[in-house]
Amino acid sequence: MARIRVQTEDFDAGAELAALAAGRTDVGGIGCFVGTVRGDVGGRALAALVLEHYPAMTERALGQIVAEAGRRWALLGCTVIHRVGRLEPGANIVLVAAASAHRADALEATAFLIDWLKTKAPFWKREEFADGAAAWVAARETDAAAADRWTEAAAGGRPG
Amino acid sequence: MSESAPLHVLYFAWLRERTGMAEERVRPPPGVASVAALIDWLAARGPGHAAAFAHRATVRCAVNQEFADPATAVHPGDEVAFFPPVTGG
Repeated sequence: MARIRVQTEDFDAGAELAALAAGRTDVGGIGCFVGTVRGDVGGRALAALVLEHYPAMTERALGQIVAEAGRRWALLGCTVIHRVGRLEPGANIVLVAAASAHRADALEATAFLIDWLKTKAPFWKREEFADGAAAWVAARETDAAAADRWTEAAAGGRPG
Repeated sequence: MSESAPLHVLYFAWLRERTGMAEERVRPPPGVASVAALIDWLAARGPGHAAAFAHRATVRCAVNQEFADPATAVHPGDEVAFFPPVTGG
């Protein structure tokens, strides 16, 4: 059901979405999120993001997140692609997509996948600025809160 | 009796930069049986390691590719990775 890839090369979001529905008529909706590299960080020009990961663990962690989405929503297909290496402003970083018979499952699963990926998959971003400085990106409280809302949802009810 | 298998320790992001290494194989004494005890032992290996583990609240860990916490047990032959909070997506 799931396609999970970690790669340096770019991806074609349109082709990935088409693949989720190809050859079947039970899919009624596909939710999708594509993350891209912003060209500035707080007004400071960015030259590139460098994405590092823990190869032995990454695909397993992504597989666990996808499996959890499959337990919570009625999914007919799911794709997660995360790029690694040096990515310049405008480049694609990540794609998550979820196909279902109905939009609610597809959209909620898509939001869940990206929220959990951001806090539960072993990737790290380093910012290289146009002025030559560089810094590791710090984890954000807002990302943790976004992931936690799904934990609360599991305990009872859906996120608000 | 043969010597026990070493621990395979991996460092990512700024932990790799501070320790100056991506990985190492170590044989801590038998009393070092948890992630917390391993951090204490590793931090005493040199100034780079001490710097890497100076702010433990910002260090995350995985044992055999599963997220772990300070109380998680470590055994000879385990793969133990240390890294900052993740920032993918």
